[in-house]
Amino acid sequence: MKLIPHWLHRLSSPPVAYGVAGACQPWLGLASVVLLGYGFLGGLILAPADYQQGDGYRIIFVHVPAAALSILLIWAMAFAGVIALVWRIKLAEVFVICAAPVGASLTTLTLVTGMLWGKPMWGAYWSWHDARLVSELVLLFMYWGVIALNQAIADPRAAARACSLLAIVGAINAVIVKYSVAWWNTLHQGPTLKLGGSSIDSAMLWPLLAAMAGLACFSGLVIAQRLRNELLWRERGNPWARDAIA
Amino acid sequence: MSAVGAVIARELKLALRRRSEWAQPLVFYAVVATLFALGAAPSAPWLKVAAPSILWVGALLAALLSLDRVFRGDREDGTLEQMFLSSQAVSLLVGGKLFAQWLVIGLPLTLLAPLLALGLGMEAQVIGVLLLSLLLGLPTLVLTAGFCSALIVGLPRSGVLLPVLVLPLVAPSVIFGAGAVRAAQSGLPADAPLYFLGAILVLCACGVPLAAAVALKNALD
Repeated sequence: MKLIPHWLHRLSSPPVAYGVAGACQPWLGLASVVLLGYGFLGGLILAPADYQQGDGYRIIFVHVPAAALSILLIWAMAFAGVIALVWRIKLAEVFVICAAPVGASLTTLTLVTGMLWGKPMWGAYWSWHDARLVSELVLLFMYWGVIALNQAIADPRAAARACSLLAIVGAINAVIVKYSVAWWNTLHQGPTLKLGGSSIDSAMLWPLLAAMAGLACFSGLVIAQRLRNELLWRERGNPWARDAIA
Repeated sequence: MSAVGAVIARELKLALRRRSEWAQPLVFYAVVATLFALGAAPSAPWLKVAAPSILWVGALLAALLSLDRVFRGDREDGTLEQMFLSSQAVSLLVGGKLFAQWLVIGLPLTLLAPLLALGLGMEAQVIGVLLLSLLLGLPTLVLTAGFCSALIVGLPRSGVLLPVLVLPLVAPSVIFGAGAVRAAQSGLPADAPLYFLGAILVLCACGVPLAAAVALKNALD
């Protein structure tokens, strides 16, 4: 039985992945410039001010995309981690390693923007009673843990597989942490974006969705670059890597 | 099953011969609680409020310090290879080993906690909840720390890496464990957080031995 189609298997070989990631980069760059440009122009300038929060709400055009991506990335890492552990695919291992610093940066961005917004709106930078704040902080620790673990183990493949395992456990843990704090009274507002019936005006919704897609493209761009560098470094003994540099 | 029994018996025998293994965490726990009390102003009211958190985190750190070496000794003397060569499932053997570690390290700490709680001015009925919460929570910690030390078993020394990996993973246990004690302190029923601690323990007991076996295999490759 062929569980994995041939083209997917080919894509997972380092030289092909190196080429494909390089070919995607200009498009990802273009898409992120266009989408982020529209998102920020529409969100930060054109959209009307909120009737309660004034201009303060505009931070969501950075905060919400970063938060969504920071959670998405740990799940992407866990997914790649399963592939790395079960099928021992090098590319998946390298993805786990490359995505961790990007995820840590996005989580930091989420926390910082959230705190800056929280001070004028809630009257406090930080609240230990809020499920999302605390789970985001624990998520940041998880990303740091993956980075630290990768740096500590000398053999790159063993390190990547250990990180894969930690990413899987960390993704499960992130969910448990969120619901364990949600048991306390939570300060954060409910989700604004829901499938079918968002509680947000379309003048704000479209720029927000564009900013989300744009930041996703930008993260993809950064991860693609890290992936290429990491692949080159790991395969530095192989002829294709020498040819790629030459 | 007899193989698991043999692993447990071996761990207990080793612990009996190296008494420092279970005695040092106890001393550490007592010293940490004492220093917190000394750092506070005499009979400061916040000490009683902070006691659940101090006792929980103190127990966590005390157990963590000694769990660093769970698998490292076995790796150095070849026991780990023998576990993988045997016909038994490695996850079962790992589960037995971690159960023994709980008996050696977790249980004494759990039994010491009420004594320290008295010193921090906790009431008797609250101490019962503290005992229950640690009884349900420390096995989770031992399992989680076992998994993380399996991840880094190949390193000569872990330093602060083990706490960095373990502490975010045990955040839910701390929330519910210390939360149960705080609920009891303010006269509320503590059942709900205790049930949650139990649920997390069951989840860890089912998943962690498998994950730790994968991590050990990875380190041996």
